[in-house]
Amino acid sequence: MHNTVFEKLQNDDPEIRKTKILEALESEDLSVSFDDALENEMVLNMGPQHPATHGVLRLLVSLDGETIRKVVPDLGYLHRGYEKLAEATSFHEFIPHTDRLDYLQPIANNVAYTIAVEKLIHLEVPERGKYIRTICSELGRIQSHLIAYGTMVMDIGALTPFLWAMREREKILDIYDILTGVRFTTSYTRIGGVAQDITDEAIAGIKKFIDEFPKYLKEMRDIIERNKIFIVRTEGIGYISKEDLIDYGITGPILRAGGVNRDLRKDDPYLVYDKLDFDVPVYNDSDCLARYYVRIEEMIQSIRILHQCLEKMPSGAYNANNPKKVLPKKERVYTKMEELIQDFMIINFGVNPPVGESYSAVESSKGELGFYIKSDGKGNPFRLKIHSPSFCNLQILPLLMKNCMISDVVVIIGSVDPVMGEADK
Amino acid sequence: MGLENKLNKDGFFTSKIDALIQWSRTNSLWPMPMGISCCAIEMMAAAAARFDIARFGSEVFRFSPRQSDIMIVAGTVTYKMSKVVRKIYDQMPDPKWVIAMGACTSSGGMYRTYSVVQGIDQFLPVDLYVAGCPPRPENLLNALIKIQEKIKKGEKAASKKI
Amino acid sequence: MNQKRLELIKSRLTDFEIEFSDINGTPAIITNPENIIIICSILKSEPDISFEMLLDVMGVDNFKKENRFEVVCSLYSLEFRDRIFIKISLDTKNPEMPSLTAIWKGANWFERETYDMLGIKFKGHPDLRRIYMPEEYEHYPLRKDFPLLGIPESLQLPKK
Repeated sequence: MHNTVFEKLQNDDPEIRKTKILEALESEDLSVSFDDALENEMVLNMGPQHPATHGVLRLLVSLDGETIRKVVPDLGYLHRGYEKLAEATSFHEFIPHTDRLDYLQPIANNVAYTIAVEKLIHLEVPERGKYIRTICSELGRIQSHLIAYGTMVMDIGALTPFLWAMREREKILDIYDILTGVRFTTSYTRIGGVAQDITDEAIAGIKKFIDEFPKYLKEMRDIIERNKIFIVRTEGIGYISKEDLIDYGITGPILRAGGVNRDLRKDDPYLVYDKLDFDVPVYNDSDCLARYYVRIEEMIQSIRILHQCLEKMPSGAYNANNPKKVLPKKERVYTKMEELIQDFMIINFGVNPPVGESYSAVESSKGELGFYIKSDGKGNPFRLKIHSPSFCNLQILPLLMKNCMISDVVVIIGSVDPVMGEADK
Repeated sequence: MGLENKLNKDGFFTSKIDALIQWSRTNSLWPMPMGISCCAIEMMAAAAARFDIARFGSEVFRFSPRQSDIMIVAGTVTYKMSKVVRKIYDQMPDPKWVIAMGACTSSGGMYRTYSVVQGIDQFLPVDLYVAGCPPRPENLLNALIKIQEKIKKGEKAASKKI
Repeated sequence: MNQKRLELIKSRLTDFEIEFSDINGTPAIITNPENIIIICSILKSEPDISFEMLLDVMGVDNFKKENRFEVVCSLYSLEFRDRIFIKISLDTKNPEMPSLTAIWKGANWFERETYDMLGIKFKGHPDLRRIYMPEEYEHYPLRKDFPLLGIPESLQLPKK
């Protein structure tokens, strides 16, 4: 375009140049048609490195002005090959890998995985072990929902609640430090029980936490829920119908915010959930605000569950009594011959489940976390399929975002609360 | 403080420009948080209330590479992600430093699989490796202090050495 | 799932060549890919069976000469709160089955994942692309003949 204009202007005679300039201005070469720019759709690339995509989610957003027309999620930036790795590790060796699946609640993933293996080898955990695991899963749920709360609100623009949520989360991590010896990636459970018994110090820590937490949670709610900006930016945003939720196989808080009462803790009780009294919060609005409320109320219910667990927890064994499958205590391994042999056999050859397959699912903080294990009788799984809730939940992002504004994208991602470690596997 | 007394008396002080630049760089390292997986959560914890990275002048987490001095690569880098990491690193202005946070980033860690890069030093110059899976926030702060010491001493960044 | 409900499901599916087995107590239908669309639509739409949710599509490489691949679909009924599995065994040379996206929209990504990891093709899928690995990648990682450490030089790193 510019070349032709310059060609016209290449003349030394000032008179001719003047007329040429006028001609050039009137010609179509210089005029820019602004109408086209408005009609054209713009494609915006968001992620994989973006503060609000919760990791490495990548979205290709097609925009008409500021309105979103189409969204295409792109996954796989954190694909670490878990399922292939599982085929090369023994059943025990895979426990640390489950920590890093949904890294917002490592301890709850440990529980989910070991339940699946125990179902395959038909092993029953003693009552105390089950109570300890229930405590772990519920602490994990609070831990995960706190991050969901903090990051969602931070994406809207409020930084203080994030700092408060992290402060509360640190308290849970301190409990893990005492309970498991590690603050973050716990690897706490073992096949047939847990690594070590819950100590009085840990129980005291949990008691202190659950006594104080409702007060701080109320503080966190007060600062947000009466805030006009928060309400306007979440209410009615990211709506999806109940039929679509069911059709897409969505589970967890998103499904419950859409008016479907499905919680595996009630429908298909595992651990000791059938002995505990708690409610399942269900909302009908199916928007970002409803999802926020479901998560907050689940935290309150988790506190209720923790109170009951501490009350009802019996004393006694916490590991199943099955020397062929369950690792012996470390202090006995170092002093007794029998246990040393057992430990050697289990570590080197694995738990050797019967030939067959099993599927077991638990209600994690994001939805149904399932493990399908196929065994050929050897020490490592023949095939291990992780049914991760984040992966399914991400699938509805295009539906949620359609016809929203570009500024709503971060709010919607925050309300879906995906964890890419789990979604990409 | 000695400096204030001198300033009150004379109204000026003399120094080498290198020393002044190093001093200011040391205390305002703005990180580019390349949060990929689990380590990113510990990096968030380091920035949040308890560990408070602001004490070391690095609270300004810039998600734009053009405004940052130090890239903290936190999490497993896959082959698909490696191009993105490199692209962002290339956009950072000199001088720049890289912290490889955690076992996965440093060496592939527990993921010896087809899709994971076995150590980001295969495509990035790394200044400091932080051990742990994930490292505790204290360990990340320690890494930051170590980088600050390096700058104080006037050592070259790894990006300048090749 | 109680016995009565299982009998009901069996009575509805008498026209097809299917077998019943179980996965650790949960019933499983074993079938071949020809009738899968009709079976699935019966399971979903009949009001007294009503498996409304497709929770997962899982591919398995059994690594044997005949019928090497297997696809396990996990269905869930919200009304009756129970599960059922469908196992479909597929051909070794050309693993292919009809896509379930026409019945459950959610099957889209599950099938893409199975295609990416095992190379099982789904006929009639609207958008059968790789989901985890780069689009130009040639191998299927979860097949048993694929090494854990991958094929050298198959994925490129940026230059230092």
